[in-house]
Amino acid sequence: MGSVAVALSASTASLLFAGDAPVVGRSITDNRLIWPSWDVVVRTLSLHSYNTFIVVLGTTLLGIAAGIVGTFTYLRKRAMVSDALSHATLPGIACMFLILGDKNLIGLLSGAVITGILGVLVVLGLRHVSRLKEDAAIGIVLSVFFGAGMVLVTFAQQVKTGDPSGLNRFIYGKPAGMIRLDAALICIAAAAVIIGVVLLFKEFRIVCFDQQFAATQGWPVNLIDVLMMGLLVLTTVVGLQAVGLILVVALLIIPAAAARFWTDGLLKMTLLSGLFGALSGYLGSTISALFARLPTGPVIVVCAGVLFFISMFFAPRRGVIASLIRKHRLRRRIAFQNLLRDLTELEEAVGRGARVPLPALLAKRRWVGVDLRRALAQAVDQGMTTSDEQQQVRLTRSGRAEGLRVLRNHRLWEMYLISHADIAPSHVDRDADLIEHLLPPDLVRELEEALEQQARIPPSPHVKGALP
Amino acid sequence: MSPWNWTLDGWVLVVGVLSACSCTLLGNYLVLRRMSLMGDAISHAVLPGLAIAFLISHSREPLPMFVGAVVVGALTALLTQAISRYGNVEEGAAMGVVFSILFAIGLILIRQAADHVDLDPSCVLMGNIESIGLDAMVERVPSAAVNLMIVMALNLLFVGLFYKELKICAFDPTLATTLGINSNVMHFALMIMVAITTVANFEIVGSILVIAMLIVPAATAYLLTDRLGVMILLSLIIAAACAVLGRILVVLGPGWFSIDASTNTAALMATIAGVFLALAVFFSPRDGIISRIYRRTALSLQIVREDILGFLYRWHELDANAARAVQRQDVLLALGDSLITRWALRSLVRRSRVHVASAPSGGEHLTLSRQGITEASRLIRSHRLWEAYLEKHFNLPLDHLHMPAERVEHYIDSDMRKRLDQDLTRRGRDPHGRDIPKEANDI
Repeated sequence: MGSVAVALSASTASLLFAGDAPVVGRSITDNRLIWPSWDVVVRTLSLHSYNTFIVVLGTTLLGIAAGIVGTFTYLRKRAMVSDALSHATLPGIACMFLILGDKNLIGLLSGAVITGILGVLVVLGLRHVSRLKEDAAIGIVLSVFFGAGMVLVTFAQQVKTGDPSGLNRFIYGKPAGMIRLDAALICIAAAAVIIGVVLLFKEFRIVCFDQQFAATQGWPVNLIDVLMMGLLVLTTVVGLQAVGLILVVALLIIPAAAARFWTDGLLKMTLLSGLFGALSGYLGSTISALFARLPTGPVIVVCAGVLFFISMFFAPRRGVIASLIRKHRLRRRIAFQNLLRDLTELEEAVGRGARVPLPALLAKRRWVGVDLRRALAQAVDQGMTTSDEQQQVRLTRSGRAEGLRVLRNHRLWEMYLISHADIAPSHVDRDADLIEHLLPPDLVRELEEALEQQARIPPSPHVKGALP
Repeated sequence: MSPWNWTLDGWVLVVGVLSACSCTLLGNYLVLRRMSLMGDAISHAVLPGLAIAFLISHSREPLPMFVGAVVVGALTALLTQAISRYGNVEEGAAMGVVFSILFAIGLILIRQAADHVDLDPSCVLMGNIESIGLDAMVERVPSAAVNLMIVMALNLLFVGLFYKELKICAFDPTLATTLGINSNVMHFALMIMVAITTVANFEIVGSILVIAMLIVPAATAYLLTDRLGVMILLSLIIAAACAVLGRILVVLGPGWFSIDASTNTAALMATIAGVFLALAVFFSPRDGIISRIYRRTALSLQIVREDILGFLYRWHELDANAARAVQRQDVLLALGDSLITRWALRSLVRRSRVHVASAPSGGEHLTLSRQGITEASRLIRSHRLWEAYLEKHFNLPLDHLHMPAERVEHYIDSDMRKRLDQDLTRRGRDPHGRDIPKEANDI
């Protein structure tokens, strides 16, 4: 492994990571961040320097465009197709470089467009004509096109007298080297994306959610798909210089995935995704301008990542924490209702007002200890049970009412399964166990009508002779 | 002097073959389990792993870096699963989120350390297989070759020991679970092996080309066979061929094409793998595009040929006194004047199923040869038996019998005819009252 860490000539390093002046006068094990002076902060934030202004503007616009396009890519489950697309741009760039030299940015990017589209077509084609699955098709296109690109790049480095190592900027991105033309290209791309999405919002929506339905309604589904792909290609190609072909996929996926946590509406999601993209671009380029030795592209991606994880954990409904809380509450409610039902059933067997010792409760079902303890405490709190010194539990009136309600739901559902779904009595208990906690009142009424069980508790089907 | 230098290129060859084969061995399972992109994600995650290990251990010792990279690689698989499960994110997107963030962190960390130790950026992309011979040697064997031999041995051991388990988990995880094989454990073990292999190959072929070696030869083999053992063997051969051809082209290619520049071996290996895959997509004997087109054309030709025979037979049947001979034009009119009809007719004449005689009045008269009559009568027999069968069992009106029979007649063999015949009560006549020809024997 020693050779992984190959000592690198200073020139190559500066080509790859150019963007800030080399820091001199520090010891080589010094990894501390250098905090920027107040002056630098003010100048950066006020976009005083023209260079900073171009970079911040370019990356922010790129974030908006990628965020918006990414929404649709994400919803079409094509996130990784965009990865194949970005890697497939390399052979086009290298080819155009061999033909035109490196001065012609538009030429290089049009090469990227051509092989990028070709790559996507190959992914789609491989799925249609061979039995390879999508994941393999994506992996193949990604690695083979990239390999072909690297063949051409190394070749170009030996043939061309120009500056072929400048091709690296398309791989890792080099936003600090952005010039007005780059920013202008991004600006045009962002404008095209916004106009395209505004004009075709309805069309994109229908293709994203139900392609077959769209086709039966007479929408030109393939054309819409091609337009969507076109916007994706456009955004990817102009993004190459800013974040590089390996990381541009991050800007396409992450803001959209983050936005998905906050909303179920497409319009909201698109706007949010654009906003997240813009924020990542702005924050990333600003932070990297403020600190030495922070390459812009990766910092933008990490900013997007932070937004993603914030969304994933803290989003109100779909977020991880919110859903954990929901699950926890449901679990407590189920344990509570199970306890009351068990007590009611034991009363049914032994007689009303019976004192139930804990072991009898524990034998009734497989309790997790914590759940039972919590449920007991809650029941006592709400005055549904009483508990004496020997830890014997007794139902109160209100507890019995609630227990009977749950038990009744359980039995109604069992009867319904037996009489209407023709399921053997020995197979209905588990189903009913799951549903008893969730039956809404109107459904209970319907069950009552269907089973002609108005007020009384149906007998358990598991006791011999209970059924007619 | 030949540009091929055995001491240098020999080792590059060995390392290339070992690298390609060790990746491919596991790649088979990634392709089968539809997790090809996991290889992609893990290989990207190697970079931050190396960087973190370096920043923590402050050394370039192989072991900590290796462990760091493997840990982060395995973490990628876990994180992806966690995000897609708990965050309810589609798996592909979850993977994209994880690996791109990790790769970005890797780049930042390397930049942080860039003043004193550098990962060569071109090494990250393409590896340094070219400079294998210049590396540290262990007993006159390059250390990279030793590493790869160990990894190859580990992979062989893993696949050899758990062949059955991996196979079941790849094809039917649920069945695996019911058989008492924990498919989650197998999955994770596979991920760890992929991580180890990726890390070891990272310095040879680089972070992106390693994906080519993981997936492409395995996918090529997948197109060629339906048996796992054969697939693994084929993929290993293809992988080795990629490595060998790649090196040969890099060293000798410039001489052949008289170009004064060579290129990168690893990148060329990936490209050649792509070429092999393209060949398989087109020419695979069962699923290849060309083979399928060929089979389809052969089938439609066969059907049209039989239709022509049937047409001639019916004509002779109706026109028993031979009042008017069949013209070539009649056939083309009846079956549609298309390239395939003309082709089928020509092939019938060539196989002397149909005789052509130029008529005195101009034009060509067609008659069936004896062999032609035999074959035609079989076809007509199939057709009319089927009509009779449909009439008996399906209660279809008379004018609805011909079309289905027209379609099915080409697929009814002598065995089926025998069974149809036995099933029918009113033998000898079809529902339209025509004779059902007797089963003809070959001449």
